[in-house]
Amino acid sequence: MNNPYLPLPMKLVKNFTETEDKLIHTFTLEFQSEEDEKSFAYTPGQFAELCVFGKGEAPFGIASSPTEKGQLKFSVAKVGVVSTALHLMEEGATVGVRGPLGNSFPMEDLKGKNLVVIGGGFAFTTLRALSTYILHPDNRADFGDLTVIYGARNPGLLLYKEELAEWEGRSDINLVQTIDRPADGWDGRVGFIPAVVEEVAPSAENTVAIICGPPVMIKFTMPVLEKLGFKPEQTIMSLENRMKCGIGMCGRCNVGSQYVCKDGPVFTRSQLLELPNEY
Amino acid sequence: MIITKQDIPNFLDSLKNNYQVFAPVKQDNYTMFKAITSGSDAILDYSNSKIPPKGILFPQTEELFSYKVDKQGAHLEEKIDSEQKVIFGIRPCDAKSIALLDNVFNNDKYEDPYYLTRRENTVLVGIGCNQPQSTCFCTSVEGGPFDTTNLDLLLVDIGDKYVVEVLTDKGKKVLTSAACSDASEADKQAAAKTKESATVVSKVNLDGLKQKLDSNFYDEIWDSISEKCIGCAACTYSCPTCHCFDIVDEAKDCDGCRVRNWDSCMFPEFTIHGSGHNPRPSGKERFRNRVMHKFKYFIDVNNATACVGCGRCIQNCPVNLDIREVLADIQGSEARSVS
Repeated sequence: MNNPYLPLPMKLVKNFTETEDKLIHTFTLEFQSEEDEKSFAYTPGQFAELCVFGKGEAPFGIASSPTEKGQLKFSVAKVGVVSTALHLMEEGATVGVRGPLGNSFPMEDLKGKNLVVIGGGFAFTTLRALSTYILHPDNRADFGDLTVIYGARNPGLLLYKEELAEWEGRSDINLVQTIDRPADGWDGRVGFIPAVVEEVAPSAENTVAIICGPPVMIKFTMPVLEKLGFKPEQTIMSLENRMKCGIGMCGRCNVGSQYVCKDGPVFTRSQLLELPNEY
Repeated sequence: MIITKQDIPNFLDSLKNNYQVFAPVKQDNYTMFKAITSGSDAILDYSNSKIPPKGILFPQTEELFSYKVDKQGAHLEEKIDSEQKVIFGIRPCDAKSIALLDNVFNNDKYEDPYYLTRRENTVLVGIGCNQPQSTCFCTSVEGGPFDTTNLDLLLVDIGDKYVVEVLTDKGKKVLTSAACSDASEADKQAAAKTKESATVVSKVNLDGLKQKLDSNFYDEIWDSISEKCIGCAACTYSCPTCHCFDIVDEAKDCDGCRVRNWDSCMFPEFTIHGSGHNPRPSGKERFRNRVMHKFKYFIDVNNATACVGCGRCIQNCPVNLDIREVLADIQGSEARSVS
């Protein structure tokens, strides 16, 4: 019997300070063998339990795309015991990864559709995985137009700045970056995500919106999407709840009868409207 | 088959050659299931144990694996308990709870090797309940004092001996260690009479409850019904179907082990996010989740009520919150939304 509790040892090859406030680091981990990598076949939208031996484990969305071979990326905010220990880890150290866990973005269903990816702040991790996957030459032709609307409080808090700059120069993605308030050295767009979505006004026809961000951003963006004609089944979200096992047994991440870890974390808005608001 | 009460200690002693044997014993004035060292430690005149025997398959605390990290990397060693076990004297309600736990630890996507390995290697020898307690309501939740669900053997107490019902091959194998004789017609009749005369007085009405819970999440009833609860979690720790757990590391530097411990949905820390946000912030939401989990969510997923009517939550609650009254109040409540 396969043991879903055993982590895969991986090597931390990069511990990168992602944001100006230094609270978010991106960790690049390397598989230690081809076999290990094969055992970890994943799809954008999935998460994994990242473990620091001696401290414990915690769940994080996978920020890398399966098209990025040999490694995994996680962007982690310094919040508790495990994330703090991770932030302090030296490159070259061994960490554990358990997964991939959860469902994923419905990549097969998204084929042939236009995609509007909307992210706020630090919730851009699995959206990076999704966008990177779609932009890969092997996959790009499978999907229609790709619009990415991404905002943060200030420019220093945007994740993946180098990649955003690269995406800006591409013609097969419409990247819209925004910050909440004017800042020195920022000549881009200023405004909250809901207002920016309204301005950009993507068409809902043959389109799916995928939205991850803080609850307040989601709350105010939903009516905008509705106004633009996005139906609940055309709107995809990813939930977070406190987790331990990640495999639907320990009982804490349920929303109604659904476990976020096993049945989610990705749900359509129409699915969420059927569930109680315990997230 | 017949086995006399006098022969039970010998039976258990001979089982000990091939199995780890758990049986009800008296300790600190409580009845509990423990691994016995001698067949005579088992007590036969008990109502039920204070804590359910689920811990034999799903221990209150258990090491999942140990690890050591050095320059070469991480070395893991999993700890799967595959010892053969017999639980002697388990009550039908608790045996049924194990059938429910099977759904949890073998869900639509994952298998838990710790629980399932123990489960596969464990024989359940039940003793029916001649005198159900005042807090028992097994007959209201598809069980009964002589229900055979999940049992390998059922023993029916007819005085100085038991009539043994062999229910599975596993049970049959265990019985080869016992000095059994064939049951006479009179014994069989005595067993039938015993079964008939055992009455479970207390009842809960589940008719329409699920439909009610399907639509009353935002109703006012949850505000009042949970007021008395102090969130101590005695109900969940003594519940044979509760399965919530925590996972923690116990280590000195990078040399240690990962452990899982029983946890409870009644604690605020159970669901709190790293951000401080808590989706079930007060006793109301936690109490509602507990009731919903047992009488709605578990049915949605596994088509079974996650309560076996053992009554332990009623006996152990320090503020006398009685699940029978809670369910009756829900049944009698008007749909009044507070949202």
